[in-house]
Amino acid sequence: MAKRDSHPAAKVETTGHEWDGITEANRPLPKWWLWTFYACIVWAIGYWLLMPAWPLVSTYTKGFLGYSQRERVAEQVADAKAAKAVYRDKIASMTLASIVEDPELLNFALAGGEAAFGDNCAPCHGRGAQGAFGYPNLRDDSWLWGDGSLDAIYTTISHGIRADDPKTRMNQMPAFGRTGMLTEPKISDVADYVLSLSGGGFGDHAAIERGGKIFAETCAPCHGADGKGNSKLGVPNLTDQLWLYGGDKSTVMESIRNGRGGVMPNWSARLDPETIKELAIYVHSLGGGR
Amino acid sequence: MLMTETDLSRARSADGAPGRLPKVPEGPAPGDEGGSLYAERVKVYPKEAHGRFRTVKWIVMAVTLGIYYIVPWIRWDRGPYLPDQAVLIDFPARRFYFFFIEIWPQEFYFVTGLLVLAALGLFLVTSIAGRVWCGYTCPQTVWTDLMIAVERFWQGDRNQRLRLDKHPWSAETLWRKGATHLSWLLIAIATGGAWVFYFADAPTLAKQLLTLQAPLVAYLFIGIFTATTYVLGGIAREQVCIYMCPWPRIQGAMFDRDSLLISYRTWRGEPRGPHKTGQSWEGRGDCIDCNQCVAVCPTGIDIRNGPQLECIQCALCIDACNAIMDKVERPRGLIAYDTMRNLAADGRETVPLHLIRPRVILYAVAMVVVSAIMLVALLVRPDLDVSVLHDRNPIYVRLSDGGLRNGYTVKLLNKLYEPHSFKIGIEGLPGATLSIIGLDKEADPVVAVPPDDLQTIRLYVTLQKQGAAALTGDSTDFNIVVTDVASGERALHKATFRGPER
Repeated sequence: MAKRDSHPAAKVETTGHEWDGITEANRPLPKWWLWTFYACIVWAIGYWLLMPAWPLVSTYTKGFLGYSQRERVAEQVADAKAAKAVYRDKIASMTLASIVEDPELLNFALAGGEAAFGDNCAPCHGRGAQGAFGYPNLRDDSWLWGDGSLDAIYTTISHGIRADDPKTRMNQMPAFGRTGMLTEPKISDVADYVLSLSGGGFGDHAAIERGGKIFAETCAPCHGADGKGNSKLGVPNLTDQLWLYGGDKSTVMESIRNGRGGVMPNWSARLDPETIKELAIYVHSLGGGR
Repeated sequence: MLMTETDLSRARSADGAPGRLPKVPEGPAPGDEGGSLYAERVKVYPKEAHGRFRTVKWIVMAVTLGIYYIVPWIRWDRGPYLPDQAVLIDFPARRFYFFFIEIWPQEFYFVTGLLVLAALGLFLVTSIAGRVWCGYTCPQTVWTDLMIAVERFWQGDRNQRLRLDKHPWSAETLWRKGATHLSWLLIAIATGGAWVFYFADAPTLAKQLLTLQAPLVAYLFIGIFTATTYVLGGIAREQVCIYMCPWPRIQGAMFDRDSLLISYRTWRGEPRGPHKTGQSWEGRGDCIDCNQCVAVCPTGIDIRNGPQLECIQCALCIDACNAIMDKVERPRGLIAYDTMRNLAADGRETVPLHLIRPRVILYAVAMVVVSAIMLVALLVRPDLDVSVLHDRNPIYVRLSDGGLRNGYTVKLLNKLYEPHSFKIGIEGLPGATLSIIGLDKEADPVVAVPPDDLQTIRLYVTLQKQGAAALTGDSTDFNIVVTDVASGERALHKATFRGPER
């Protein structure tokens, strides 16, 4: 039975700390805490043995389970590839036109195309495909090469422009000034005329008239008598509001003087056909596709 | 009220009194040479109590365990496209279903609100009546109570269990203990098993589990919860409350002198001592020192030593003491829910209850405010929602004729349980045309959104030369009009058309 005195004085050692009558007891820990600590040590030893643990000079202890995060990543990548294979196979076997008819495939292609665009195309064309000086904006409604159809875009991406590919798109804007075909005043006159085609340019009428004559002789064979160009041959339309290299007079004169010849790689040498198909579908979806 | 060392020291019951706390040997203090740094666990053998609070606790146990085991099996019709489980946490689909409420991941603030409410509720109830949560409804208490009941069933009540442990191991010990642990394991498996049903369609998963077809993660979680239930509820018991749970420490700061706490009325009980029938009660206290309050205590403390950290306020000592008081024909309530203020009056007067205090009002008001916010958020939660994101790069595209085009990413959210189709149009931008990727060949594009899902579309708005020339600034507001094909309901969403600076 309990003793009568149920309020025994504390027999617990204190640390000597006291605040407002509250003293800090120096109590023993429950023993199972100690066992928990030992269990953690045992667990750690087991972990060292089973898992990769200790770095060595040129390698590390591999552990008996042989677990490797690198292998795991490789497996997961392989799994992801296998999961995508269903769609990729379809994309490989189907025509571009039929892929975009299938909403599920279209979605897949757009997502894949966007990723591939970021990796491969964005450095020149910009992340938003908005283009830059000398690199066309892929979102507008004008195409330098081809008619903006899926197949035309696919061809351009596959074979490139002025690239090392037998089927590459190829033309040449001559350097009229550098080769001496046109003198500086004539270049100025032609530039005035070219700017007037798109409603811009403020050269005097005489200059535009002179430039028109030179244009008819020198430029019209490619750009057409009306200056509307020819996208089959990659000849730019000079009458619209879009300029690849800028629409001010000095830039236009520079183009006439030294010619232009931008290059786009033939991506078929670097990407598989499915990715190029996805890219074509993505670029087609950016607003300019027809 | 803070737990003072003086209070705690009282918990160190005198030699021989059964109690959880380690008897500290006189002499060198722990840490000194010769003293042990670690204390053995003192096993507690709680005796069965009978009385009002025990009955309440049985009912609470039945209700809470019932809720836990049964809820995943309640069905709730959400139509043919969605799960028909009333409460379901669907991780793969990222949806949380709770009867008529369904939460999408971006609406997780509802869960945050529930947690805030739970915390405030705990504060409120603690400041009114102490550790009610600990004593009645905490899962640790409920399962421990269940495990003790099972133990009692196989091994008998306190005295038989004490005897069983005192004797050397025998066949009887073996089968009684074996049956106890086996029952605990079965309860633990059922507990872990019930847990996984909250995360998948219960009948399907049950079939899969029985035919060993269930996903590995289900078995893994059953294993984890079986282990925790068995170890924490069956074996660790009061050790969890005393050494693992932070709540007892926090609660010390939550009740005050006006909180109703389970207390021994010292003024009535002392001086205590054995009492024989017929003896006078003059000059002595009502406590006959029968130790029944200690015997029933699941944490093995003596409530007569005052409020203690270890006390989960389960009220079983009240039942035990009341039964004894009835027997010795003294009034009940030697141990009862009482306030520190009333106890301090030593029975000379009755200090009226003062439950409505600033902190109680504060907690209650905070709960009402949080509930109201959540309710409003739930009521105004749109079932069909549109979000429009204007392209940032490029902001606009110039077209060959001098026109302009803007791109938008539009998300259509359908929180209803059936598929919906929407017509997309624009308003307030004269001369503008729109096209949607994938639907650009259709004159009147209709976007189908699957049930309880969202559909992202790419939208282009084009202004030809005249329209672009008519713009007055570099940014023009207009509306994207989303019309529900079935109901004809229209929703306008404000958007901006950007052009070059003027």
